[in-house]
Amino acid sequence: MIPLKIVKRDDLPRNKAMLIRIASVALSIAFAGLVIALLGYNPITIFTSMVKGALGTKIRVQQTTLKAIPLLITSLGILVAFKMKFWNIGGEGQIMMGAFAASAVALNLNLPKPLMLLSMAVAAMVMGGLWAFIPAFFKAKMGTNETIFTLMLNYLAIKFVTYLQYGPWKDPAAQGFPKIATFSKEAILPSVGGVHMGWIIALILVVLVYVFLNHTKKGYEISVVGESIETARYAGMNISSVIIISMLLSGGLCGLTGMIQASAVEKTLSASLSANYGFTAIITTWLAGLNAIATLFVCVAFAILVQGGNYIQISMQVPASVADMIQAIILFFVLGSEFFLQYKVTFHKYFKVKKEAK
Amino acid sequence: MEPVIAIEMKNISKAFGSVKANENVNLTVFNGEIHALLGENGAGKSTLMSMLSGIYTPDSGSISILGKEVEFSSPKDSIALGIGMIHQHFKLVDVMTAKENMVMGSKGIALRGKQLTKEMQAICDRYGLDIKPDKKVYEMSVGEKQTLEIIKVLYRGAKILILDEPTAVLTPQEIKRLFAILRNMKEQGCAIVIITHKLNEVMEISDRITVLRRGQSIETVETRDVEVSRLIEMMVGKKVDLALEKPHCCQDTPLLKVDGLYVSTKENKHALEDINFDLFPGEILGVAGVAGSGQKEICETIAGLLPAEKGRIFFENANILGKTPRDIIRLGIRMGFIPEDRLGMGLVGSMDMVHNMILRDYPNQPGFFLRRKESTKKAERLVEQLEILTPNVHHPIKKLSGGNIQKVLLGREIDSNPKVLITAYPARGLDIGASYKIYDLLNEQKKRGVGVLFIGEDLDVLMALCDRIMVFCGGKMTGIVNPEEITKEDIGLLMAGGSLEKGVQS
Repeated sequence: MIPLKIVKRDDLPRNKAMLIRIASVALSIAFAGLVIALLGYNPITIFTSMVKGALGTKIRVQQTTLKAIPLLITSLGILVAFKMKFWNIGGEGQIMMGAFAASAVALNLNLPKPLMLLSMAVAAMVMGGLWAFIPAFFKAKMGTNETIFTLMLNYLAIKFVTYLQYGPWKDPAAQGFPKIATFSKEAILPSVGGVHMGWIIALILVVLVYVFLNHTKKGYEISVVGESIETARYAGMNISSVIIISMLLSGGLCGLTGMIQASAVEKTLSASLSANYGFTAIITTWLAGLNAIATLFVCVAFAILVQGGNYIQISMQVPASVADMIQAIILFFVLGSEFFLQYKVTFHKYFKVKKEAK
Repeated sequence: MEPVIAIEMKNISKAFGSVKANENVNLTVFNGEIHALLGENGAGKSTLMSMLSGIYTPDSGSISILGKEVEFSSPKDSIALGIGMIHQHFKLVDVMTAKENMVMGSKGIALRGKQLTKEMQAICDRYGLDIKPDKKVYEMSVGEKQTLEIIKVLYRGAKILILDEPTAVLTPQEIKRLFAILRNMKEQGCAIVIITHKLNEVMEISDRITVLRRGQSIETVETRDVEVSRLIEMMVGKKVDLALEKPHCCQDTPLLKVDGLYVSTKENKHALEDINFDLFPGEILGVAGVAGSGQKEICETIAGLLPAEKGRIFFENANILGKTPRDIIRLGIRMGFIPEDRLGMGLVGSMDMVHNMILRDYPNQPGFFLRRKESTKKAERLVEQLEILTPNVHHPIKKLSGGNIQKVLLGREIDSNPKVLITAYPARGLDIGASYKIYDLLNEQKKRGVGVLFIGEDLDVLMALCDRIMVFCGGKMTGIVNPEEITKEDIGLLMAGGSLEKGVQS
C-alpha cells in the first residue's frame, strides 16, 4: 500500500491558498528551467527573452493583445455555459460558424462600413448561437450529453468551412489556390491604438458578462440550474429556457470571436481560423475560477506565454517543441495546484501508530 | 461457559479531514448475541461498521475477529473472515432471480441451477427463512428483498452479520418477521450487529447496546438493565424532555381539498391512485407509509412540480392542479414546501443564506436586475429568530450542520407566511434536540392557523404530533385515522395495504 493519505480539505484560509498558488508558479518555472538547462540552453536567457518577446516593444505588446482578444471573448462565452455546468466544448465549431456567417455577409452584401460590420457581428452571433442551440435543445428536451454533442459539432463546422474553401467559395482570382476571397475594406474592423478594435469589444464584454452573471435574475437562474436542476424546478424556473438562453449567449460570444478573427485578422474565412481557441478557452475559463474579471487576467497571461514562446522560436532558434513544453509545464503545475487546494496529502500514519502500540 | 468473542474493536480512531468520525471507540460483540449500535446521525456508527467490513482502514486501533488480530485492505478480506454487511440500500439485480442474486459476486464459473436451489433451500431451512429461489427480484416485496440480502451474506459463509438501519423501509409487521429471523440466527450462534437510532426496536431485539456519541463510544450496557430515558441521555449527552404538545385544533372549512387525484410514473404505473383528503386550517395532517408509497408524489403534485393524470386540488376553492410553481407564486397562493431532499431540492448547498432566500424572493422582484438587500435582511432576521448557527449570512449553507440547514429551509418557507405548509420528513437526519425544535416550529405554525401536511417515518412521532394520520400504501390511501383512537399496529396494518374494521374516519 502506498503510505500516502489524501484527505479532502473543508476549509482553506485565503493566505494559504495564495501560498499554494504562488508555490505552484515558482515550481513550474524552476522545473521548466531545469528542462531547458538539460536541453543545453540557459534558462535565464530563455525566460527573460520570453518576457521581452511578449512585452518588450510596442509591436510585441500589440501581438500579445492580438492573441488575447479571441481567447478572452471565447472564454467569456464558455464561462456562461460552464456557470450552468453545461460543458460546452464546442467553442471551435461556434467560432467557425460565426466566422462563416460573417463571411457570408461580407462576401455577398454591399453595405457602408458601420452597417456592414454590425450586420457581420449580428450574423456571427446568431449563427454561433444557433450552433450552440442545437445541443442545448436536445439536452433540454431529451437529456442528451452535451459534451459529446458539442465536440462532434466542432468537426462538422470545420469540415463545412473546408468544403466551402475547396469548393463553392474558392476564389477564382487565386489561380487555383484553395482560398476564399479576401474581404473588401468595408468588412474589416478598424484599428484603435495599433490593434483592431476587438480589444475594446472584449473589455466591454468582460464587464457585461460579469454584471449579467452576478447581478441579474437570469444570471442567478443560470447559477441555480448549474448547482441543482431539482432546486431550479422547485423554485419554479423554466429550466429548458434557462439552458437555451445561456447557450445562445455562449455560442453567440464564440460566434463573435469568429467574426472578429475573420474580419480583423484573416480578412477572409479559412478552415484554420478557429486555431484551437475554443479548446484553449476551456483551460483559461477554468483557471479563472469561472469569474469574468479573472478571465481577463488569465487570458492576458496566457497570451503572453504563447507570444513569448513564439518569440524564442524565432529569435533564439529554439525548437517549437521546447516552447510548447514550457507552456505545458507551467499549465500542468498551475492546474495541478488545484488538486492541492482541494485535498491535503499526508503520509500515512497508520503504520507508525501500530508500531508504537505494540 | 464463557461466550466466544466474535468481534473486538479496540481504540479505533478514524478522521476525515478535520472531522473525527471515530475516536478511541471500543466494541466487543459475542457469538450468539444481538448487539445494537445506537447513536444519533453523525455519531460514527456507519464509519465504525465500514471499518469492520473493510471499506475504510482505521487510522489507529486494532480489530480482532474470533480472537485473531486482523487488518483489512478491502471488503474481500472481511467477507473471507465471515463478516457480512447488509446495507440500507439493497444491492440486488432486479431482473434476476433470488438464487442468481445469491451467487452473484462469489467465486465459480457455471450457474448450476438445481444445485443452487438446493443450497438456497438448505440455508432457508437452517435459519427459518422463506423465499422462493426462482422468484425475480422485481416481483419481491421490500421485506423479501431484505431476506434475500441476508441469504446472500449467509451463502458466503457469514457468521457475523452487520445490518445498517434494517427497519427503515419495513412495515411494523415486516419488522416483526425480520426480528424473528435475527433471533433464529442468534440461536444458531451468529453474532449480529444492528445499527439503528430507533429506541423501541433496540429495546425489543438487542441483548446488549453500545452507545456512540460524537465519534466516541460512551458505554456498553445490557439491554435488560437499562431504560429508554437513560439511553437517550447517553445518546444526546443530557436529559431531554420528549413530550410533544398537541394544541387543540379547530376545524371549519378546508384550506386544501384533494379530490380523486391520480398521478402516473414514467413507466405508466400509478404513483398515486384516487387520493381524497381535506386539510383544515390549524391542523397537522400526518402521512404514514412505507418509504416510496407515494409520499413524494403527493407533495410534489400539490406544489405544482408533478403533473397529475386526473383529479382536482382546491386551494381555498380555486383549483390549482396543472399550475406550475411559478403560477402558484404569481397567483399569490401562500404555500410553503419543505422537500425531502433539502440540499438537492429545497436549497442550493454551495450558495449562502442570502442567495437561498433569493430563491423564493426573486420571482416577485420587478425588472432585470437581482436585488439582494431585502433577502440579506431576511436572512439576518432568520438567524436571530431561529438561532441558526452560522459564521455569517454569506457562508455556504452546505457547511452548516443538518439541523441548521433545515432551519434555513423551514425558516424561509415560514417567513413567506404560508397558509399551507407541506413538510416531507422535516426531522430526518437531525439529532434529537434539533428534531424537537423543528416539531415546535410546526406546532407554532399550527397555532397560527396554518394547515400542515406532515410526511413522517417514525410512527411514534406521527402519533404524538398529528391531529389525523393518513396512511398510504403503494400509492393508494388506505385510511385516515385519529391517532388517539388507534394503535401503532393498526397503522402498520394499513401501511401493508390492509383495512380496518373499526376506527376508520375520513
